[in-house]
Amino acid sequence: MEIRVNPTRMELSKLKKRIVVARRGHKLLKDKQDELVKKFIDMVKENKRLREEVEKELSQAFGHFVMARTLMSDQVLEESLMYPVGKMDIKVARRNVMSVRIPDIETVSVGKEDREKEKSPFAYGFAGTSGELDDSISILSGILPKLLKLAELEKGCRLMAIEIEKTRRRVNALEYVMIPSMSEKIKYITMKLDENERGNVTRLMKVKDMMMEKGV
Amino acid sequence: MYRVGVIGDRDTVLAFKALGVDIFPVISPEEAKKALRAMAREKYAVIFVTEQVSVQIEDMIGEYENEVLPAIIPIPNNQGSLGIGLKRIRESVERAIGVDIFFEREGEEN
Repeated sequence: MEIRVNPTRMELSKLKKRIVVARRGHKLLKDKQDELVKKFIDMVKENKRLREEVEKELSQAFGHFVMARTLMSDQVLEESLMYPVGKMDIKVARRNVMSVRIPDIETVSVGKEDREKEKSPFAYGFAGTSGELDDSISILSGILPKLLKLAELEKGCRLMAIEIEKTRRRVNALEYVMIPSMSEKIKYITMKLDENERGNVTRLMKVKDMMMEKGV
Repeated sequence: MYRVGVIGDRDTVLAFKALGVDIFPVISPEEAKKALRAMAREKYAVIFVTEQVSVQIEDMIGEYENEVLPAIIPIPNNQGSLGIGLKRIRESVERAIGVDIFFEREGEEN
């Protein structure tokens, strides 16, 4: 590696300060990375479990829904779904996990009070509709909170993954490029300075000898 | 206050209508892209996209990857899962840790 640096004391003390900072930064980033990975693994495990669960239940709900669609006329089906019980609204806060901002989703359905009073997700009369539709809707309304939780987790996991990747790159750059090159430079400067010092001493001795010879 | 939306084929998203979730039935990828862009601009925090559609508009979903919101989440449609959701989780793991240790271990257990 080519070293382009002035072999001066100024440069040396500057480099020595910088390498201390780099080492401390490296240690901090490494700690951050370790902690992020630990949190990420917990999260991703939960994410995987939840996704498998949700996918299973969703396919169940869709199965019922397809049956309902075949049993009922399009018109009646759309009519019964046209006016939902409440409007789905959510509140999103931002949680800070090791300086990664991940969403924190909370449900606030409008018309929730009505629903809780009636304890029913159905917005239609039972007379004209098929039982399959009821099954499908009740399963779906049961998994909706899970779906939102899944959304929160999955987004969080992806953001964490991006952050971990970034941190890892920084750690590696410090560990394998910055710190070695700086210590190399420090070594070069100290050797150069020592060499100059030795050169100086021999020169002085030589001059002294020459003066002695002349008998001054 | 944020909202929740679903993009997908009509037969699948209709079921969500009853829950008060906004639905956007689409047929072509262009329609899906348009819907997604419009939703991202408005206050949609969570957008569920059926896997079949999400494959077709992957590039656009990628654009929102780095944003905190909206969270775009693939869900299976009424014909079953394509495994895209799980693939995405696996991708995150690979990205973060470098290797797919997590799913490999699970595989060995089975």
